[in-house]
Amino acid sequence: MSQMPKWADLVLIPLISLIVAALLSALVILGIGEDPVAAVKMMVTGALGSTYAWGYTLYYATNFIFTGLAVAVAFHARLFNIGGEGQATLGGLGVALVCLALPWPHWALALPVAALGAALFGAAWAAIPAWLQARRGSHIVITTIMFNFIAASLLNYLLVNVLRPTGSMDPSTARFADGTHLPTLHDLLAPLGIAFSKAVPANISFLLALAACVAVWMLIWRSRLGYEIRALGHSEPAAIYAGIRPVRTVMWAMLISGALAGLMAVNTVMGEAERLVLNSVEGAGFIGIAVALMGRNHPAGVFLAAILFGFLYQGGAELALWTDIPRELIVVIQALVILFTGALDNMVRMPLERLFLSLRKGRA
Amino acid sequence: MAADAGTGTSSAPAIELRCISKAFGPVRANRDISLVVRRGTIHGIVGENGAGKSTLMSILYGFYKADAGEILIGGRPVQIGDSQDAIRAGIGMVFQHFKLVEPFTVLENVILGTEDGALLKPSLAKARGTLRQLAADYELEVDPDARIEDLGVGMRQRVEILKALYRQADILILDEPTGVLTPAEADHLFRILENLKSQGKTIILITHKLREIMAATDTVSVMRRGEMTATLRTADTSPAELAELMVGRKVLLRIDKSPARPGRRVLEIEKLCVTDAQGIARLSDVSLSVRAGEILGIAGVAGNGQSHLLEVLGGMRPATGHVRIDGKELDLSGPGCDGRSRRAAGIAHVPEDRQREGLIMPFHAWEDSVFGYHSDPALQSAPGLMDNARIRSRAGDQMARFDVRPPNPDLAAQSFSGGNQQKLVLAREIERNPDLLLVGQPTRGVDIGAIEFIHRRILELRDAGKAVLLVSVELDEILGLSDRIAVMCGGRIMGERLASDTDETELGLMMAGMKGKAA
Amino acid sequence: MDFPTLLQVLDSTVRLATPLLLACLAGLFSERSGIYDIGLEGKMLAAAFCSAATAAVTGSVWLGLLAGIGGSMALAGLHGLSAITFRGNQLISGVAINFLAAGLTVVLAQDWFHQGGRTPSLLGGARFEAIALPFAETLRPVPVLGPVYAELISGHTLLVYVAALLVPASWWVLYRTRFGLRLRAVGENPEAVDTAGVSVQATRYAAVAICGLLCGLAGAYLATALQAGFSRDMTAGRGYIALAALIFAKWRPWQALGATLLFGLLQAVALRYQNIELGGVGLPVQVMDALPYILTVVILAGFVGRAIPPRAGGEPYVKER
Repeated sequence: MSQMPKWADLVLIPLISLIVAALLSALVILGIGEDPVAAVKMMVTGALGSTYAWGYTLYYATNFIFTGLAVAVAFHARLFNIGGEGQATLGGLGVALVCLALPWPHWALALPVAALGAALFGAAWAAIPAWLQARRGSHIVITTIMFNFIAASLLNYLLVNVLRPTGSMDPSTARFADGTHLPTLHDLLAPLGIAFSKAVPANISFLLALAACVAVWMLIWRSRLGYEIRALGHSEPAAIYAGIRPVRTVMWAMLISGALAGLMAVNTVMGEAERLVLNSVEGAGFIGIAVALMGRNHPAGVFLAAILFGFLYQGGAELALWTDIPRELIVVIQALVILFTGALDNMVRMPLERLFLSLRKGRA
Repeated sequence: MAADAGTGTSSAPAIELRCISKAFGPVRANRDISLVVRRGTIHGIVGENGAGKSTLMSILYGFYKADAGEILIGGRPVQIGDSQDAIRAGIGMVFQHFKLVEPFTVLENVILGTEDGALLKPSLAKARGTLRQLAADYELEVDPDARIEDLGVGMRQRVEILKALYRQADILILDEPTGVLTPAEADHLFRILENLKSQGKTIILITHKLREIMAATDTVSVMRRGEMTATLRTADTSPAELAELMVGRKVLLRIDKSPARPGRRVLEIEKLCVTDAQGIARLSDVSLSVRAGEILGIAGVAGNGQSHLLEVLGGMRPATGHVRIDGKELDLSGPGCDGRSRRAAGIAHVPEDRQREGLIMPFHAWEDSVFGYHSDPALQSAPGLMDNARIRSRAGDQMARFDVRPPNPDLAAQSFSGGNQQKLVLAREIERNPDLLLVGQPTRGVDIGAIEFIHRRILELRDAGKAVLLVSVELDEILGLSDRIAVMCGGRIMGERLASDTDETELGLMMAGMKGKAA
Repeated sequence: MDFPTLLQVLDSTVRLATPLLLACLAGLFSERSGIYDIGLEGKMLAAAFCSAATAAVTGSVWLGLLAGIGGSMALAGLHGLSAITFRGNQLISGVAINFLAAGLTVVLAQDWFHQGGRTPSLLGGARFEAIALPFAETLRPVPVLGPVYAELISGHTLLVYVAALLVPASWWVLYRTRFGLRLRAVGENPEAVDTAGVSVQATRYAAVAICGLLCGLAGAYLATALQAGFSRDMTAGRGYIALAALIFAKWRPWQALGATLLFGLLQAVALRYQNIELGGVGLPVQVMDALPYILTVVILAGFVGRAIPPRAGGEPYVKER
């Protein structure tokens, strides 16, 4: 069935899908009476035009790398984890509990423990749907959706009834101690002589996200576990034949997926808000789906797609600020990207395959 | 039986195909096929896997459109664009894999697609009456209110035939109808077909079993590589001639081999029992042994426990009883019962379904070359990390030794032909130098050239003093390769024979559940 | 809890269960035909917006209803295109549709009405009015039954009664008609339908269209009957609760009624009480919010009877030889 070279499958299809999504978005912008070219210019300036702009773009991209990797790892085991939202919510709880538990003297001590907390809580929230899928055959898409809602209710309860400091009206935790303050990109780049805007949330978590990309690449394509995850994803009977334990492998894939989603909270809760508030995930868990689909479940692709969505997110915020185009336009673009790279994949693929077939015939 | 039995006065043939051609990309599945089948006859079509039988029948049933050619039904040219057209033309098809809706009743399945109106009630009532009539006419009794999921294979096939008859099919096409039937059920089926024939129906029987062709048909066509190579009166031909026509050259129905020199007992199976999730006993008190340097063949109709036996021995399924390898007891349940520990015990396994089990189809050939052995410490560069460079270079050598074409380890497993895929699996399993090799359906869907290669490799392993357990539904293969043969029926061992002391007739009786005298 | 309060809670249960029931029946038709639909939420949201916007502009709730159905069916068509024609991943398509609706409704609402992503409040003929059933007032003095009839059964909007009637209607269509037989058959084994000479694609498109129609009713009910206008994300997860109810009901119409009434009751109770005392233990409102989801997970886990979905669900049908 492979009438197409591999590069076309990996690069061309996401690219064309993206262009189609962009054209449709331009139509939407036209439809609401704005100028798409001006909008794109404004987005580029607002998201890439200064270190201030980059500081936000990279901050958002950090979230999307984590959630995109989370979806991608699960996808390799043919599990569709739509629970990134809930897992990241719980990750935030883990970060907050770690940061509030001790008077941390320095971020370098707090960060690894907080990251561990985030990963563990995220993994724990993925564990139940994973176990139900592996043991009871409950469809993981439905259970992870349900767990998103349960996570929201749980966090709501904890923030309102348990974690809220006495006297505060805000459903949020107390501010974390100064010792948990993570270095921003400004702090990190200053010693290298690079002037980076001070007023932006991008922080050391971005480097953590890069490390996660490398780690996921190693996991999927170099490790034994990754080999087993991919094998199970392609064929369960084959996995059983080869002595791969489906239950254990599904559990590992989902635990890692949940942990990655949870790690996002290091960026938002510890790096930016420095306290736990309601809905700190803001849909990043869902954007992870678009990022993974667009990045073809490869860490390098996920990285690039995450930067793209960081750009869209920050650019969209700028648009909303200066024009009458609401922020939700980004949700539309996100939907179109998911639609074309994930569901209408064949619509792009079929004509392309025909094209390559006729090209080959022409050459022969 | 004479070829013109039952035809009488009607002059136009039931079906006539003129120069049918169909290509899929570069593959020409059907080339200039012409065929005439007379009314009221049973016509057989034989051919190897991939000879183009299924494509031809799919064209007749409207699944594919022929690139060129003409179809005439009862002397009139017809256009068959979809199944609806085929049904209207009076063609009914009984597929190898039944097309029934399992939670529906027999009645609902029968009327599906041919209901009389928007409401079900009148259609169901009418079908009930018609079914009663058909049952009486053709020995086709089925409980109309039974759910399909509660029926056995033979019954389901009857429902398929009833479906076609209810649609007033005059021409009935059956695709490999006996693959899942016991010989007794198959006999009953052939009786039904005779009945149908005597009522003037025309039947096309597609099979690769020459015995059935000889027993049931009036005329027979042979297909090879997309072409119709011959059409003969069954009475005028012989299995040997048909086999030769199928393959295109003289076939050695016997495989050349030296006598076995059995050594120590490698595999001992004692009172093995398996009950599946539905509570049905799949294996009952199976006891067998295989010695070093011999091939034990397991004969039986598909679905009589052979697959379960292989799966238990391969660690894919829990069981009760005892299995020993060189005297060492294997775990038949719990954490010690998986493919990995079986491989550690010296068992290699070529599974029955290489595409679903034996290979990960999208994986590179080099990745598949260690599938199942991927946790071997020798293949890790650090704990938990695979030594991909080493695996790749070893895979290249292995593919060259087993004549895999093309010998490129970077190709995905799915881009190899069936025979080469099987060689990939065989290379992986044989090169581990196991004490016991389990082989299931080694040549299913494999071209003739590769069959001989595969048989030779299995025999070489035996001659190197290894034990081999062979499962195959091809009786010829069992008879040709095995030194000893055990026959399974209904999850039990019906008896054991030396390959040199038995023949197809005796084995066939045992496969039908008749216990042979003790060997 | 006294009798009038009980009546009020039950009355609000009926109101809240109605959109769930409509969406649940919508999902039932789609999933029974083998097309998974996690895009119920998005279709409802689109319908809510289209109906509210049209009703606000034209002042006619009927035109609003039509527009709502149109919007929902357009998204259903998109789902059909990706799931049936292009054999894409049905789950991913559903996710995309949810986001498309969430984004597009707010973008358009902002552009058209400039009210922060809302439509103007609907008044008079732009909303569905409550219908007083005959003799509701005359019978009110009858003890127990009178108030039940007057408050609980009478006095709802048209769509509530339509939803109630759709339960037996759906049952009848699915189990007593040729269309229902074929629809259930494509969800179980599309090959059987195909070889019987019936178009799998057409049957599935029909099912998806019905799903769009019913989601349209559900969304229009939200914006023009339950509330007076559209606001951003006003479906608030109801599409997912409907999905949960569908699993809870094991893909059957009458059970769907039971499940949505149960989930509607939970919502009604959560709306009225912040904390509930049950046997001396305080139950926080968040537990009530989460209960439909928790119950669904328990059902899915198979601890309380197993939910077996249609066998061909989620699988695109590829014609084979």
